[in-house]
Order: sequence, then structure tokens, then C-alpha cells
Amino acid sequence: MKLLKLVPDNTNIGFVAIRHWAFVLTAILTLLAVGATAYKGLNLGVDFVGGLMIEAKFPQNVETDKVRATIGRLNVGESSLQQFGDPKTVQIRLPLPEQGGAGAANAVVEKTRNAMQAQFPGVTFSRYDTVSGKVSGELIRNGVLAVLLAIVGIAIFSWFRYEWQFGVSTFISIMHDVLITLGFFAITQLEFDLNIVAAVLTIVGYSINDKMVIDDRIRENMRKYRKMDMKALIDLSVNETLPRTVMTSLTILLALGSLLLFGGHVLRGFTAAMMLGVVVGTYSSIYVSSSLLISLGLTPQAAEKKASKGGIASQAERVGPRDDGARP
Amino acid sequence: MLNFSRWAVAAILLPLLLGVLCAVPSFLPDATVAKLPGFMQTRVNLGLDLAGGSHLLLEASTQDVAKQRLTNMEEQVRTELRRGDPRIAIGDISSRDGKLSFMVRDPGQVDAAVERIRPLTQGAGLTGQRDFNVEVVNSSTIVITPTDAGIKNAVKSAMEVATEVIRKRIDEMGTREPTIQQQGDNRIVVQVPGLQDPKALKDLLGQTAKLEFKLVDMTANPSEVAQGRAPVGSEVLKYPGNPSGIPYIAVKRQVMVSGEDLTDATQGYDQNNQAIVNIRFNSSGGRKFGQVTSQNVNRPFAIILDDQVLSAPNINEPILGGSAQISGSFTVESANQLAIALRSGKLPVALTVVEERTVGPGLGADSIRAGLIASIIAVVAVAAFMFVSYGRFGVYANIAVAINVLVILGVMGILGATLTLPGIAGFVLTIGTAVDANVLIYERIREERRRGRNVVQAIEHGYKEASRTIFEANVTHAIAGGIMLALGSGPVKGFAIVLLIGIATSVFTAVTFTRVLAAHWVRTKRPTEIHI
Repeated sequence: MKLLKLVPDNTNIGFVAIRHWAFVLTAILTLLAVGATAYKGLNLGVDFVGGLMIEAKFPQNVETDKVRATIGRLNVGESSLQQFGDPKTVQIRLPLPEQGGAGAANAVVEKTRNAMQAQFPGVTFSRYDTVSGKVSGELIRNGVLAVLLAIVGIAIFSWFRYEWQFGVSTFISIMHDVLITLGFFAITQLEFDLNIVAAVLTIVGYSINDKMVIDDRIRENMRKYRKMDMKALIDLSVNETLPRTVMTSLTILLALGSLLLFGGHVLRGFTAAMMLGVVVGTYSSIYVSSSLLISLGLTPQAAEKKASKGGIASQAERVGPRDDGARP
Repeated sequence: MLNFSRWAVAAILLPLLLGVLCAVPSFLPDATVAKLPGFMQTRVNLGLDLAGGSHLLLEASTQDVAKQRLTNMEEQVRTELRRGDPRIAIGDISSRDGKLSFMVRDPGQVDAAVERIRPLTQGAGLTGQRDFNVEVVNSSTIVITPTDAGIKNAVKSAMEVATEVIRKRIDEMGTREPTIQQQGDNRIVVQVPGLQDPKALKDLLGQTAKLEFKLVDMTANPSEVAQGRAPVGSEVLKYPGNPSGIPYIAVKRQVMVSGEDLTDATQGYDQNNQAIVNIRFNSSGGRKFGQVTSQNVNRPFAIILDDQVLSAPNINEPILGGSAQISGSFTVESANQLAIALRSGKLPVALTVVEERTVGPGLGADSIRAGLIASIIAVVAVAAFMFVSYGRFGVYANIAVAINVLVILGVMGILGATLTLPGIAGFVLTIGTAVDANVLIYERIREERRRGRNVVQAIEHGYKEASRTIFEANVTHAIAGGIMLALGSGPVKGFAIVLLIGIATSVFTAVTFTRVLAAHWVRTKRPTEIHI
């Protein structure tokens, strides 16, 4: 049987040569993403801004305008409606009543339910969330903190494990991934809720996974070819790991694709974010993280110094010197 | 590296087998699982977003607790100084800015007053700190300030009692498997699965259920009461059902009997078939009630719930039996609710719902179905892809992934972890990343073959070199997962749990388990060529 090989043997693409163009492109994209986030803002869900979210399921297709009119008559504040998933499901967002606490939010839900049932017999509320402003503030803070801590923690890990250049390049490229993801949500105006924070953290995790594999290979090659030019060395490492990069991102995209198509509407935003993250993360492994190492002045000799120092960076897993005799 | 002793193989396969076995109960119907012995009931709990149900986050106001304590203190100080011997005359007690201050009329008595107050302010737990600081300002004014330790302590004990009361109330409602946990300093999380309508639950939890019986002040001038003014020793309370039409009533400050003297409360009907709540006092409560009603025949008394008058019936004759009825335009449901609330005691502090998430059972079932379909398709697609890419080794990887999925379920069952919708997403992602470890190994084997190593050497080197990379990549991934678990709330947490378990099990199955399979193949077939 002939096995599938997506990347031919001895592929040698000159990734590093065009790194300056890539930096420019990356910078433009990142600025666009930041600009879009600042200018358009994120469509924050009730998790983060507080309020009331009702997901109503109708027995047949329904026009959002009619639903809007029904709710408009209730005098419960300004509503925002969105079709969600299929034409029978509408997501309604309402502000929380300013006074009256818990009972008041309850009353709004009941009032809406009664009015809707009178107007559209058979409608059910399949889900509703109420989040007070106080809690939503904490959720934002925890979300931002989680993402930042994850990035910093990972950067510190790769600094201790390798050289400081790896820490810096990892940090910058993961920030890039996160910013691009935020920009995507600002441009598409998909709802940004707690699930998406989980997605962003997963992107961070996946992206670092990808960078570690390449970084690990770069380090291995730095020991092997101490005289090699850094640009050639990084090209070699990226090319050597390219089959794995392609295979892995494709398998994950396959898994996510099935989630996107068949996983139900609740997870759709989450999956979309993840798919984008996989693509962006893979790109940034090569064109941000690895290429940055050259600009940061990493040299093959650095590996030698660090290895002789021992400590965390000593090769715990490697037993004895590597046998390179088999190489032609 | 490819020589495994029998013991090593057993040590690798046994935990996997165990993990897979622990996953089995999750697939069995409820009735079958119930028959299994306890240690075998390792099922994955479904989160509220899958099973349907309500998640409520209740918050107590710390200011309320502090205010209440201050009021109690004021009462104590007044009683102590006015009733004690010798009597110490003081001016009005002001309770502004969260502290009490008052003048002692006779400057010579200031020290004596401080001496008398001191014993009231003792003891914030074992720390030896006082609950309140007592100071003398301007030589005749005494200022009593609550200490932070004292407030903290009061909030802590109030929350403990509140959690207990809530547990009782929910148990009384007969809901199944509620989770009630204190969170942070002043919050309680309540999760109730499978509830169609959480309105009743919220109503029940929102009630403080402070019940008091007080005499109605008949001397009050109705027009003054309407403006909120009451004679000395009385107070004006809301009375929405007042037959006179004015929604206020003046009652004596002194409490006849309170809810603390109750032993039981049940819903019942009066002679007009109206829903009421029957209550029964303990002996001291019954005695007090009997005494006051004997002295006040033909005068009305007020039944007060959470500072609002429910009804003000007339005392037709002394009520001596130690039981009474609470009437006040109830429905059967609301009477039942009040009975539950009274039975479980009053909340020491009012709670408000600051977060609520309710998922109907229909949507939950839809989500499970969708998640299941997506997972199956993902598994099939990934497995096919692996097979066409790596042949025999692809199959090994697929077996490893299949076992991995079961072991994750098994470990979740053992830990009693909860599977949520983002958790399913975590699952699908784990399937994707689990193959990554194998891809790393196989690509490495391909590389080593190209460098001219023989089959056995290539496999050995492939596993050895790739293991290091896999380890590093997964450690960093686990850092991200750990931070999510520590900081995340709700969906983030559910996702992180699956991710972390998945990282641990997938490294084991991908690296160790497939190596056993590969070693077996090498030993039995002695291949000279390898299709990978």
C-alpha cells in the first residue's frame, strides 16, 4: 500500500529568507486586529457586561422583527435580538433591571415568557442566563488574568528550559495569536463569552505546543551543527518538522471541522475561534517565533554555554552522546 | 528500548484496562448502575448545560451583616446601661459611618460605662482580638467601632448558617442531587440538575423567612402612620393586604414570639378553604404566646415576615395550645413555600441571585446528541487520515486514541468530574492532540530511516527523540490547562478538567502503549522494511 505523504522527503523551503516581508505582514495584520478591536469593540456576551440572555425556541420559523415588537411592548429595556443557529431559535438580550435585585430579573423573565407565549404559542425558553454587573466584572478580570498568566508562565518556562531568546519570541508570537483572535471576533462581531475565553486559552496551549516542537528541534540542531549559520539552521529545523506540523494541524482541523458542522449551535463560536487559532498559531510558529530568534541574535554557541551550566536545561532525557554515525 | 519484560507490559496494560473498565458504567442505564457496588459506580456526571438545570450564584451583602451587628450592639448597650445598676444615663445613640457613638450625661460615669460595655465586645474567635473597639472621645462621648476581624468573623458564621439553611430548604423541596457550596467569603453556589422551572427555587432562596409576632399599636394615628410616623415604642411596617386600604400599619417594637421558637410548620387550609400555614411553637414559645394572647384578648396582633405584615388577625381568645395559623392571601404553592422556609429556619442574612444560568432539558439533550455525533465523526475522520498516512502504525495510534478516550471517561468517573459542553469540545481537541504525539514519533521514525538507520534502530530512536519533544510540549500545554483550572469559572473550568486529564492519559497511551504494540510487531515479525 502506498502511504500518504503530504510533505515530500527532503523538502527545503526557504522560510527564513522572506522573514522581513513576513514581519511586515504580521505587523500589519496585528495592527488591523488591534485597530478593529479598539474601533469596533467586541460583542461581549452577558457573561462580561451583565444582563439577561434568553434563548427562545419556536415551533416554526420566526421573524425576529415580530419578536422584537412583542418585547418592545413590555417596557423591559432595550432588547437586542439575534437569530441563533437555526431560523427557529432566537437569542434575546435584555438589560438587567437596575433595582429590585434577584426578584426583578425573575419578573422580567416571567413577563417576557408570558408575552411570548401569548403571541407565539408553543415557544419555549431553552436556556437563559442572568449575570449581574458585579459578577461580570470579576469574570472579565479572571478571564484576562488567566490568559495573561498562561502566556507569561509559558514564556518563563521556555526561557528556563532554553535561552532567553526563546522566551521572548514565544511571548511575542503568542500575544500575536491572541490579538489576531480578538480582531477576528471584533470584525465578525460573533459573541464573545466565557466559552471563548476557554477557546483563547486553548489556542495559547495549542500554539505553544507547536512552537515547543520547533524550538526543541532548533535546540537539538544547535548542538549538532555548531558551526552552521543560524538562518540555515532554523530553515533546516522548520523543514524537518514540517511533515509533523502539517499532519497535526490537519488532524486537529478535521476534528474541529466536525465539531463546527455537527457540534450544535452553542459551541459554534468556540469552534470557529479554535480553527482560526490553529491556522494563526501554525503561521506564527514559523514566521514570528522562529524568525524572531534570528533577529534576537541567537547563535548555535548559546546552546553549548547553557548545556555546560547544567541545571534545569541539562538533558535529563538524553542518555549519552547522540550517535550521528548513521548519517551519510 | 523495545524490549519490554512481561512485568513492564503488565504494568502498562493494567492501568489502561482499569481506566477502560471505569468508563463502562457511564454507558450503562441508571437502573443497572444502581445495582453495582459503590466502588464500581464510577460515572461521569453530566454538567447542567448537558443535563439541563439551574446554576445560581447567591451573594450575601457584607454590609447587611455589619449593619445588623451594629443594631444588635446598640440594643445591648442600651439595655446594659439603662437596666444595669447603677443606671447610667446616656444621650441618643447615633449609628453613622458604621459606628456607634453616644454621650454619657454624667462625665463622672464615663469610665464606669466603658467598664460595663467592654464585656459585650469580646472575642473574634481564638485570635483574642475584640469584635469592637471602645474609645472615649472628648471626655464624655463613647465611640464603639466594629473591628475588621469582628466583621469578618460575623460574615463567616452567617455564611455557614446560610449554607446550612439553604441545604435544608432545597432538600425539603425534594430536588435530586443538588450541589451547594460556599464560594469565596460571601457567596454560595447552588446547582440543581434537571429542574424545569427554577422560579420556585429562587423564590424560596430569596426569602429570609424572619417570622415575628408583634402586637398592633392601636393608639397610632392612621394619618401619621400613612406618613411613616409611629408613636414611641412602635414602628411602621408595610402591610400590602391591609383591609383599611393604607398599605402601612404601626406595631409595637417588642417581639411577642419569633420564628426561632418554632418546632414545625406545615401547609394547611382554614375553614374557608384558604391556604394557610400551621405552625407549632416549642414550649417556651408556646408559653410566651399564650401569655401575651391572654393579656390582649380582642386586640389585633401582626404576623410579620421579613419586615412585612402578612396579616393582623384579632385575638378572639387566648391561644394556649402552642400552635397557631398564619393566614394572608396565600396560594397553596406559596403557603407550602413559606412552610418549608420556616421549617428550615431563617437566613441570617439576605441573599441575592447575582448569576443564574438555566438550561432546559431539551437543549441539553440536543447538545449531547450533537456532541456525540461530532465526536464520532471526528474520531472516524482522524482515524482514516492516520491510517492512510502511517499504515500499520496509524492503526496503533488509532487503538491508542480509542483507549485514551475511554480512559479519560474512566478517570473522570473516578474523580467524579463533570462533563460539560466545553468539556466535549475539550474531548474533541484531545482526540486531535493525542494523535500529535504519535505523529511526532512516526515522523521521527521516517526521518531516522532516511538517515539510513535500520528498522529497529529507527523505531528506537524515533520513540526516544520524540518522547523528549512530546514531554516538553505537553508540560507547557498543562501549564495553560492548570491556569485555566485555577482561575476559570464555569465553562472554562469544565474544559480545563478534560484537557488536563487528556494530556496525562494521551502522553501515556501515545508514547508507552503504542511502543508496546510496535515492540511486539518487531519481535514477532522481525521486519527488514517498514511502511511508515
